[in-house]
Amino acid sequence: MTPAIEGSPFDRSTPVIDVTDLRVWYGTTRGAIQAVDGVSLRLSPGETLGLVGESGCGKSTLGRGLMGLLPAGAKRDGQVLFRGRDILRMSEREAYGLRGTSVGMIFQEPLTRLNPLMRISEHFQETIAQHEPDLSKSEIRERALEALRLMGIPPTRYRSYPHEFSGGMRQRLMIALALVLRPAFIVADEPTTALDVLVEAQIIGILNDLRRNFDTALLLITHNLGIVAEACDRVAVMYAGQIVEQGSVTSVFGKPQHPYTRELLRSTISLSTTGLNYIPGSPPDLIDPPPGCRFHPRCPDAMRVCAGHDPVQTVRQGGGSVECWLSGPDELIPPGGTERLEREEIGVADEA
Amino acid sequence: MSASSGSLPRYIVQRLLLVIPMMWILMTMVFLLMRVAPGDPISAALGGKLSPQALAAAKHRAGLDKPLIVQYWDYLSSVLHLNFGTTFTDNQPVIDVVRDNGGATVSLTLAAFIVALLLGIPLGLLAGRLRDTFPDVVIRIFGIVTYATPIFFSGLLLQIFVAPHLGLPTGGEASPETLFIVPERTHILLIDAFLSGDPASIGDVLKHIALPALTLGVGICGVFIRLVRVNILQTVQSDYVEAAQARGIARGKVMRNHALRNALVPVITVIGLQVALLLSGAVLTETTFNWPGLGQKLVQYILGRDYGAVQGIITIFALVVIVVSVLIDIVNALIDPRVRF
Repeated sequence: MTPAIEGSPFDRSTPVIDVTDLRVWYGTTRGAIQAVDGVSLRLSPGETLGLVGESGCGKSTLGRGLMGLLPAGAKRDGQVLFRGRDILRMSEREAYGLRGTSVGMIFQEPLTRLNPLMRISEHFQETIAQHEPDLSKSEIRERALEALRLMGIPPTRYRSYPHEFSGGMRQRLMIALALVLRPAFIVADEPTTALDVLVEAQIIGILNDLRRNFDTALLLITHNLGIVAEACDRVAVMYAGQIVEQGSVTSVFGKPQHPYTRELLRSTISLSTTGLNYIPGSPPDLIDPPPGCRFHPRCPDAMRVCAGHDPVQTVRQGGGSVECWLSGPDELIPPGGTERLEREEIGVADEA
Repeated sequence: MSASSGSLPRYIVQRLLLVIPMMWILMTMVFLLMRVAPGDPISAALGGKLSPQALAAAKHRAGLDKPLIVQYWDYLSSVLHLNFGTTFTDNQPVIDVVRDNGGATVSLTLAAFIVALLLGIPLGLLAGRLRDTFPDVVIRIFGIVTYATPIFFSGLLLQIFVAPHLGLPTGGEASPETLFIVPERTHILLIDAFLSGDPASIGDVLKHIALPALTLGVGICGVFIRLVRVNILQTVQSDYVEAAQARGIARGKVMRNHALRNALVPVITVIGLQVALLLSGAVLTETTFNWPGLGQKLVQYILGRDYGAVQGIITIFALVVIVVSVLIDIVNALIDPRVRF
């Protein structure tokens, strides 16, 4: 619909977004917090990547880092190619200009993301006029109503105020606003966390349609593994600022190779499981992360090598990648490294 | 859509209906306060000057020999008929006193508001944008110090140190010539001067109002500085501002349409609250600058123990505060749709 997609030289195989070794850190009085530590991922048009992990593992920071919506004092490093151009090397003005038209974001809290003093129509007018100043008022209105129609919001509500909508409707409004200019890449940061289950299913359905209809690449940040299974092509599991396992959803969820992925899947509450599983302990302090594998203090399968040596990214069976000594490469493990790590050596109390 | 536009008239009617109980409570309090004072107003005001017979006659004329409940009823019903009583000391209808002196108070209050907003909003924005830097600290201290300084003291300082250098008058509403030239139309000299179209008169009136307005305006601008500073800090960090940035709205537009606009809404509410404060501040300012307003007149009547006048003037002050607060509520509802529910 927009020229950006029509006749663009980018086919499905060219990644929309290609992240290499992205680091994001915040300076604090105690030292630098490495919130995102060397993340690499790529997304093709129409592809949905689920990003999962515990609270505080850096999921949101990663999403915001891609959008450039980091708090003051945060620093970024690495390479983020959007259609071949490095966002991190662009001028701030140029990067800002990508927002809305090329990259978009859907937030967790739909209730507070719309200006309470502005009508829905004003939100759309502002957004569309910003990026396409030549459009007439009626053309803007047409565009906006089309976006609303796709989200199942009747045109009669166009001039309503945000507070006149329910939470689920407001999230659909936010999606309509994010989509009205057809960005090629969207970060959805826990878009359904604040909503009830039925609305959640509806929003996920909408996001699914979206990529089918518009070839939008979607980074779906969530801690709900069920949503990932439902809506994503691939999944990246994040722990302590790093992606520990990445691959197709069926492969990663069917045959998890990183112990963290496995424990995360085991902790999912469903009707068929009995009892509650959880991973003892809590994610590490990102100012001073544990040496070696960051998960080793909580890992039930930790070996001696895990406590001293950073795991190496290897190709996982069934495609994708994994960073765990259990998956190799065996030739890099020092002699005796595969021996089981004794519990006493872990030195981390079970806080849970 | 229909929900919001339909409820606005209903909201306004509700607010207007609320005036009645508010007015009743305030009038009852004024009435009781006047009766709590020992002795009666007439003997307090005229005792020793009149014979006991004349004093009793005066009390009878004022209705002070009737039972309390009857006096209360008389007071309520006369106010309902817009009759605010007569003064005891100079035997004038209170409404005439208000008409002759209220104009000066209105122009002083308005001018002080303009000063307070012109100082308070930009300084508050600056302090908010430069949070925790040296200018922010200076502005915050300025706001607190000016707010804490008694009006008569800051007025005195301005009279001594500023007035001579700028050649500004230190008292009165205008020079006698101006008062003579300008025809009286609205009872508000500032407006009358502009209506007369005589530049010399306008200049003279503005010169006279400068120092009192500055004194009173600076005295309350601290409230606006603090309010705007805190609000802009909040709205700049709000979710909808971040969402607007994520949509690529230009930074200047985000500041204007989202952060600034939303930060200024509470200022309107506070303006309403400040009217009451300003009326009391006007009493001090008017005394300091010999401003021929209602505040000065009120002090005069209080010193003369003219309870009739005080009761009438306070009733009118209360009426003004109530009307302003209702107006503010309505303006708020027009700006912020959430208020209407």
